[in-house]
Amino acid sequence: MAEPRPVLEMTGIVKEFPGVRALSGVDFRLFPGEIHALMGENGAGKSTLIKVLTGVYPLDGGTIALDGQPVRIDSPFQAQQAGISTVYQEVNLCPNLSVAENIFIGREPTRYGRIQWSRMRKEAAELVDRLGLDIDVTAPLSSYPLAVQQLVAIVRSVGTGDSDGAGAGTKVLVLDEPTSSLDRDEVLELFRLMRQLRDEGVAILFVSHFLDQIYEICDRMTVLRNGTLVGEHLVSELDQVGLIHLMIGKEMDQLEGLHEQQLHADVGEPLVKADGLGRQGGISPFDLEIKKGEVVGLAGLLGSGRTELARLLFGADQPDSGKVSIDGKQVSMSAPNDAIAAGVAFCSENRKTEGLVPDLTVRENIILALQASRGWTRPIPVAQRDELVAKYIKALDIRPANPEARVGQLSGGNQQKVLLARWLITQPKLLILDEPTRGIDVGAKAEIQKLVVSLSEEGMSVLYIAAELEEVLRLSHTIGVLRDRKLVAQLANGPEITPTRILETIASGEHQ
Amino acid sequence: MSTTTQPPKIQDSRTGTSRAAQLLGDRRLPVVVTATLFLAMYIVGLSRYQNYGFGEPQVFLNLFIDNGYLLVAAVGATFVILSGGIDLSVGSVIGFTTMLTAWLVEKQGLPILVVIPIALGVGAFGGFLMGYVIHNFEIQPFIVTLAGLFLFRGLCLVISKESIAIDDSSVSSMAQAQVQLGAGFLSIGAIVALVVLTAAFYILHYTRFGRRVYAIGGNEQSALLMGLPQGGTKIAVYTVSGFCSALAGLLFTLYIQSGDPLHATGMELDAIAAVVIGGTLLTGGSGYVLGTLFGVLVLGLIKSIIQFEGTLSSWWTKIATGVLLCAFILIQRAMTARGKT
Repeated sequence: MAEPRPVLEMTGIVKEFPGVRALSGVDFRLFPGEIHALMGENGAGKSTLIKVLTGVYPLDGGTIALDGQPVRIDSPFQAQQAGISTVYQEVNLCPNLSVAENIFIGREPTRYGRIQWSRMRKEAAELVDRLGLDIDVTAPLSSYPLAVQQLVAIVRSVGTGDSDGAGAGTKVLVLDEPTSSLDRDEVLELFRLMRQLRDEGVAILFVSHFLDQIYEICDRMTVLRNGTLVGEHLVSELDQVGLIHLMIGKEMDQLEGLHEQQLHADVGEPLVKADGLGRQGGISPFDLEIKKGEVVGLAGLLGSGRTELARLLFGADQPDSGKVSIDGKQVSMSAPNDAIAAGVAFCSENRKTEGLVPDLTVRENIILALQASRGWTRPIPVAQRDELVAKYIKALDIRPANPEARVGQLSGGNQQKVLLARWLITQPKLLILDEPTRGIDVGAKAEIQKLVVSLSEEGMSVLYIAAELEEVLRLSHTIGVLRDRKLVAQLANGPEITPTRILETIASGEHQ
Repeated sequence: MSTTTQPPKIQDSRTGTSRAAQLLGDRRLPVVVTATLFLAMYIVGLSRYQNYGFGEPQVFLNLFIDNGYLLVAAVGATFVILSGGIDLSVGSVIGFTTMLTAWLVEKQGLPILVVIPIALGVGAFGGFLMGYVIHNFEIQPFIVTLAGLFLFRGLCLVISKESIAIDDSSVSSMAQAQVQLGAGFLSIGAIVALVVLTAAFYILHYTRFGRRVYAIGGNEQSALLMGLPQGGTKIAVYTVSGFCSALAGLLFTLYIQSGDPLHATGMELDAIAAVVIGGTLLTGGSGYVLGTLFGVLVLGLIKSIIQFEGTLSSWWTKIATGVLLCAFILIQRAMTARGKT
């Protein structure tokens, strides 16, 4: 098969951040009329490569060529002029303006400098219509749900260069995780639009964490690992196992090993006992016992009260009934401080907003909780501090293994590990993990799960919340099933407990 | 322009569905509220002071004559606030312009027609500098324009510590010129203010620059990623504000016929109050310059009514302004809170 000339060729791309080499000599090419997946774990350099391509980050080395001509891209504006448009995970449009304006702003049709509103609305409506969308272009963008805003962003990028001949028309469309907040129908609509654009000859670069989506829509993929190129493959020639293998660069054994992992049996004395604990509007009163060294998994749909239960145990919300005792002593959980003092640690599901301080270094973030528990008058000695930090960076394999790196620059999986390290360092008796594996890649997921298992072997109790039932099943001794803000069942894990069984319990709302 | 926006056709895919909710979400609502308030106040004034001549057309036209300079300054502030910024230097630039103009005309003997472009240029350049610093060094506009506030007020005193009265004949003839308008008249200042208002309306709604101002105020990061020249727009916005302040200073000089280092102290706050009462969101991105007109008229009408009342002290103006500001900020809050859900 004679390959057509690539529309985009990136050669030897290098990008460095203080203390991190994010990309070292990556090659990447994109052909017209294809949907190309950019794959890699968190921190592999996907986002960095995209930001270099779209002019958000300046290039530290390498060349970019469009249609065979070398180009310099110093700003998003220049990228657009050159025909490279980007739609980011967060919708980067102006909610206060109308849909038509959002599509056209910066290149509105004008006559003698006067914006021709009626022409702009007409062209916007035509463009929306041509792409098979049903959107009123005169309405303000904020009146539409996120999914539609995402589609508008794509319409905008496609429309670049339509009027006045300014700009060259979109040759390359970059979609950076556009599907992460869409439901299935919305994803299908997006895919329909993507296929239409591909058939019109646009080269689409697609990034997604959902492997199924990649296999559904993409023609070709490029795999990155640790800032280097691993390979370029046709999607039809590489199966999912092979892809994951390439992405994490380790044998799949460690992942599969987890499936068969024997949960250790020696669960100790009861550690935490909740008696009729409940909160109006949060979760109905429940009884829960967590033993020493036990992993209790919480299964339930989103909004079933998983997080609310955890927040009550941590004192983040005030219960209006019931009591909690830890180690046989009753604890009044009026604030998280009480819980921390009693040996409870809580890793929130919103690690960015409720957990980490992105502008501080890895070391400072890790040491934060321990220092807080000592009070500011008794600083931790430098040597002890560095030793502790080094130990946890190594134990959790935080990459880059640099205590001076700013946490905000780490990938999602590594940020999660830093958050874990912060709590582990205080040696809690009960560790509450709320969706610790959300939005992180397969490799880091496996590592975190392995860690949970080894912590429980050491005698730490863990309350584990995850959306994936398999994950909960794999790790937990006991599974608490939640439905409609009620703890409906507590199942002892065993061979007869399957995801289907749990789903049935959730569906029927009772223990069979 | 966007005020002719059709009511939404598709309902099912929208977040807001009920009529009341849509009405509350309409960005034009605050302007309507302010205009209604103005009308209501005017009618109350009519009913109370009918016998004292409140109904004379000239009383209404005087609102423009007595507040023309404030309208011009508030139009400049509207640009800045729409872009999500703030300009605290307005009053000082006005004060400085009165001093500069009086000094150049009286002490240097320059003709007023030469002084006008100089004063406008100085004001615009001052605004440009502040915008440049805000953009290039990524400093909060609050701090930069606060520095501008002190700087220009200090420069007033460099020119002279005392006020300079203007006796120049061409200036006074300009100040006293009347343009007949039906049963009343407008001053040159009032006409200039109305021209500025019209120009601002055109710029904000019919030029790319104007739409960029809204875009930046809506979401600056997005505007950057959408490839808009966000830096240039920001600098231009402060330049416009500086220019408007200097023009307001010239109108104020005409109105008061003197330069004084303490003229227009705190007038930036009047301008900001007028913009907010006119329905522009302090967070940027939403509002209309027409609302600013009504904001200025409401403030002016409060002053007139208090004058007609006769027994009230002038500080009641401040109290009324404060109460109104509070009320309007609460309305804004209600609107933005709804917008987030």
